[in-house]
Amino acid sequence: MNLHEYQAKQLFAEYGLPVSKGFAVDNAEDAAAAADKLGGNKWVVKAQVHAGGRGKAGGVKLVSSKEEIKAFAEKWLGKNLVTYQTDAKGQPVSKILVETCTDIARELYLGAVVDRSSRRIVFMASTEGGVEIEKVAEETPEKILRAVIDPLCGAQPFQARELAFQLGLNDVQVKQFTQLFLGLAKLFADLDLALLEINPLVITSDGNLHCLDGKINIDGNAMFRQPKLRAMHDPSQDDEREARAAKWELNYVALDGNIGCMVNGAGLAMGTMDIVQLHGGRPANFLDVGGGATKERVTEAFKIILSDTNVQAVLINIFGGIVRCDMIAEGIIGAVAEVGVTVPVVVRLEGNNAELGRKVLGDSGLNIIAASSLTDAAEKVVAAAGGVK
Amino acid sequence: MSILLTKETRVICQGFTGSQGTFHSEQAIQYGTRMVGGVTPGKGGQIHLGLPVFNTVKDAVNDTVAEASVIYVPAPFCKDSILEAAFAGIKLIVCITEGIPTLDMLDVKVKCDELGVRLIGPNCPGVITPGQSKIGIMPGNIHKPGKVGIVSRSGTLTYEAVKQTTDFGFGQSSCVGIGGDPIPGSNFIDILALFEKDEQTEAIVMIGEIGGTAEEEAAAYIKKNVSKPVVSYIAGVTAPAGKRMGHAGAIISGGKGTAAEKFAALQDAGVTTVKSLADIGKAIKQVTGW
Repeated sequence: MNLHEYQAKQLFAEYGLPVSKGFAVDNAEDAAAAADKLGGNKWVVKAQVHAGGRGKAGGVKLVSSKEEIKAFAEKWLGKNLVTYQTDAKGQPVSKILVETCTDIARELYLGAVVDRSSRRIVFMASTEGGVEIEKVAEETPEKILRAVIDPLCGAQPFQARELAFQLGLNDVQVKQFTQLFLGLAKLFADLDLALLEINPLVITSDGNLHCLDGKINIDGNAMFRQPKLRAMHDPSQDDEREARAAKWELNYVALDGNIGCMVNGAGLAMGTMDIVQLHGGRPANFLDVGGGATKERVTEAFKIILSDTNVQAVLINIFGGIVRCDMIAEGIIGAVAEVGVTVPVVVRLEGNNAELGRKVLGDSGLNIIAASSLTDAAEKVVAAAGGVK
Repeated sequence: MSILLTKETRVICQGFTGSQGTFHSEQAIQYGTRMVGGVTPGKGGQIHLGLPVFNTVKDAVNDTVAEASVIYVPAPFCKDSILEAAFAGIKLIVCITEGIPTLDMLDVKVKCDELGVRLIGPNCPGVITPGQSKIGIMPGNIHKPGKVGIVSRSGTLTYEAVKQTTDFGFGQSSCVGIGGDPIPGSNFIDILALFEKDEQTEAIVMIGEIGGTAEEEAAAYIKKNVSKPVVSYIAGVTAPAGKRMGHAGAIISGGKGTAAEKFAALQDAGVTTVKSLADIGKAIKQVTGW
């Protein structure tokens, strides 16, 4: 689960880390009022969406009047912000963060992730903060400094000092960085984070470290023990169909093809998309119905797949491990009847009671195309969707 | 031989009296797994499925000399259950449960390594040595004793590979689902090393997916250390970058871990790769000449 910048900064502040004073608001009046509360004559206004690249997309602005703040709020609130990290539709802006302005002397980068290879939380820091950090990592990997956190000892001050000196910080800043590093490590562990990023971490013109941005991604598996973070969830940032699918414990990701896919198991779902493409088709979605593919869930899965008007044929690929294929077949028949499916449906059943399942489908009188193998299924669904494109 | 598991291996189940534990323990017993008991705190002394129930893993190990444990307890309690088994002297732990917090796994992995415990999973179908014993949720009937070792990050993709190797008549020595989570107890390399040493295993199927760099690391290992033919399939060529695809493991980050990169690394290591998962059996036939 992702957090907004303003939420990340609230958490940073709770952990004693230096952030700008600011208010997250959802209308132009409050945005202007926020400037009054903050005082001063220069502010930063930032559109709050779950994506990076906001600055380049016009979603961040330095302003020096309340009129400008209002104009920015009116321009973005209720609209979608499209950045290089979003899809073509963009992410809806429902809040604007109005902040005090910070004078910047240097921009650094600081991030942390759970690294799969070393099986540790790894902090990464760089003198090359800002929007081009991915390019820096690719072209000059030596400029990305690392600190690996031992799971049993936790983050230690010496690790912060090692990074700080390499970043070229002065004595005061080294101390500040150590506080920051230890605070972030604690936050990461306490709140079950998967990713944490401050880009840029700036040195202000008066020489102090300051968190100018904040990105936080929380491990979805740990939400059961993070009630406070659960309350911070902003459903407006989720894809509507993906969220609807999640309610039914279906895993759905929309793609831009015309062949709807319904599969059990995430790996097989990806494998099915791959084989459709290999035979010249284009998958419209990823959908994992999971282990317990009941009639209700198959029905709901159909509804979600068919809510995509690009879908011209549906491929159902089920490998019955423990679940019985004849039960799945009954589910498919019920769903096709209930939803009123008008596009061709190709079904491949394999595994537990597969033969009986195929017979049930064959006897149903519905327009269901039975496939004898995976390859056969891919060929048939590509043909049914109008052939190779 | 086989790897990890034989018909002699004494197995207990943690979460034994729950619905998952009950169902899959019944299936395992039917298959021939030497189940010797189970653990459910508070139900010690009862008999379930004809086997003794214990309050703690320690009690179970003392009484049954169990060597392996399969875990079906809910995700919030898995760290505790895995560590309980590890500290009680269990040497093979198979955790089926999905949804375990990643930070829990960081601690668990360190401890299991330190104690010399082999952990398979979490979020996996388990381990099977066909014709002998199974620990996990895979359907026993699609397997056949034989000479192909299968290791995979995905459950249902493993079943596809199993079915094809059964249909071709090759059969399987052992099949190991290492699970789709970012921090698995055992990775490809751990299992490849076992298959390389195992006399019954004559060829290996490795099924990966996008996300992380486990397949690239496995490729480097194979190049140096594996003499047996390896056939590999990677799922997720069509997956859009940056989108989460169900398995917590299947995340592409920073341009690394794409299917194309994994295929290239494996090919460079001399592995036979297939672009269609329907071609796994055929590829084994070609590469082995069976």
